[in-house]
Amino acid sequence: MTFEPVLLRRTSLPRSDSIDVYLANDGYAALARALRDYAPGELIGLVKASKLRGRGGAGFPAGLKWGFMPQSDGPKYLCVNTDEGEPGTFKDRELVEKDPHQIIEGAIIAAYAVGAERAFVYIRGEFFQGIKSWIKAIADAYARGFLGQNILGSGYDLEMSVHRGAGAYICGEETAMISSLEGRRGEPRLKPPYPAEKGYWGQPTLVHNVETLANIPHIVNHGAEWFASIGTEKSTGPKIFCVSGHVYRRGVYEFPLGISLRELLYEHAGGVPGGKAIKAVIPGGASTPPLTADQLDITLDFESLEGAGSALGTGAIIVLDEDTCMVDVARRSARFFAHESCGRCTPCRVGTQRAVDVLEAIEAGRGVPEDLDRLEALCHGISGNTFCPMGDAVVSAIGGTLVRFRDEFEEHISQGGCAAPA
Amino acid sequence: MEPGYYAEMDPAKRAMLLTALYMAQEQYGYLSREAMERVGRRLGMSPREVYNTATFYSMFRTEPVGRYLIQVCEGLSCHLAGGAEDLVAHLEDRLGISAGQMTGDGRFSLQMVQCLAACGSSPAMRINDTLYTNLTLGQVDTILQDLEGRP
Ligand SMILES: Cc1cc2nc3c(=O)[nH]c(=O)nc-3n(C[C@H](O)[C@H](O)[C@H](O)COP(=O)(O)O)c2cc1C
Ligand code: SF4
Ligand code: FES
Repeated sequence: MTFEPVLLRRTSLPRSDSIDVYLANDGYAALARALRDYAPGELIGLVKASKLRGRGGAGFPAGLKWGFMPQSDGPKYLCVNTDEGEPGTFKDRELVEKDPHQIIEGAIIAAYAVGAERAFVYIRGEFFQGIKSWIKAIADAYARGFLGQNILGSGYDLEMSVHRGAGAYICGEETAMISSLEGRRGEPRLKPPYPAEKGYWGQPTLVHNVETLANIPHIVNHGAEWFASIGTEKSTGPKIFCVSGHVYRRGVYEFPLGISLRELLYEHAGGVPGGKAIKAVIPGGASTPPLTADQLDITLDFESLEGAGSALGTGAIIVLDEDTCMVDVARRSARFFAHESCGRCTPCRVGTQRAVDVLEAIEAGRGVPEDLDRLEALCHGISGNTFCPMGDAVVSAIGGTLVRFRDEFEEHISQGGCAAPA
Repeated sequence: MEPGYYAEMDPAKRAMLLTALYMAQEQYGYLSREAMERVGRRLGMSPREVYNTATFYSMFRTEPVGRYLIQVCEGLSCHLAGGAEDLVAHLEDRLGISAGQMTGDGRFSLQMVQCLAACGSSPAMRINDTLYTNLTLGQVDTILQDLEGRP
């Protein structure tokens, strides 16, 4: 499949992050059109018709979420989620560093559509370069009249500012992000109420991932029908896939949703080094259950991956070759989640730490047959009993690996350790 | 929502907390008790509340770290790319410390961290504000030599 990139169209241009390059390549044309030709409600209709789904992991329909924002006059906010902490994911960093104005333009249009007066960019504390990119791009957008008062003479005002996280994966979760923006511990809040109802300081708040917003200018420029013609019926539009692990050409790839995994890995990413076979593929970041080698013909869209018991997640594809130890993969995920559990609820805080202990014992050859039952019981205890969706992510990652590769876990126990080549 | 939840303090002021903590950390090198007290006074928060929030975030340090903070990614993709473990072992060897420690002269701290969102060009590590990718042991030596040569 050849596909003319949409979101990554400009990223290979020299100085692609500058506002001049952006303006010379259709930049801010969609904003002018949106402010001139569309009432806010019409933009919501347009995004609904495009069937765009969120790219931050959950895949919620964007237009529907815009429609949930009340039409009342009180203050309303937009949060631009640049927290990108899901292991395996590196697309948002690419977008922010190489084409920040595409996101800003999408954010302004979204804010206008829902009547937000302020936009907060929440960026992962470790993204030093991205923080600089955001600050420079926002300053330039202000200087050219795309932000601030009376944007392009429309009478619409929007302020935008950058807020730096400080090293907590959970702050990517929207309610935790809002807590953090308010200057609190980044602990999630119970939903409902959803942020669209009560978000930043209790006011209606729209939260979007960076990649979701980057799609908006293109939808305004080319129409909802054009957008919906890309991808599958239920998963429309282009998607940035982050390919890492055992492949020749690691990196970001943009293709329509619905591209086959095999095509992406073998035709575009160059296949597996050493001509080795694939044992498993994690399709959507560390929170999604791995696919097995017999599932490589799956298409990468929300519905197919869900049907296969996994998820599209963030589109972070991690390839594991035949020599990979799946116990080690599960152990690493468990370590990640144990480290990042915010500690608010016991099943997640204690459960993940116990899972680490059990998996480390199995990996080190100290496992006993009952350990697998214990792991299952741990997953069972976490599933559905946590305050935020991170609990489900833990179960997907650890339980999902155990279910599919149980024989490998059993082998570790019976052989007293890992037989995989180091 | 509980009454008074939003009125408990001036919202805009409290929202400055993370920024203020970053500024204090930059000035003092880490968030000493004194630094947190100062931040609290500025924002009208008790030191306890400042401490309680600051310690939630791994990038806020309540202990001094070396002038060069080396953070090596231990994420899955970096491991699969080959070398994340070798990298740490090599650094431990070169610096004479274990991950989690600081050299006696206070120049280097070594830590393992989670995915740095550089999995497409792994293995990766960060030293202060700089991200290094596609690392080899040879490059690590060059980087260290350069840092060792600095004041
Ligand atoms: C534990 C956890 C971590 C998350 N991390 C991120 C993140 O880093 N970036 C992101 O955009 N969304 C993240 N999300 C999803 C957000 O909660 C939210 O759904 C998303 O920002 C909405 O934007 P979208 O509709 O454009 O996808 C996370 C969710 C959970 C449960
Ligand atoms: S599930 Fe984990 S991350 Fe989510 S609130 Fe509970 S302890 Fe925190
Ligand atoms: S796993 Fe190391 S950068 Fe993502």
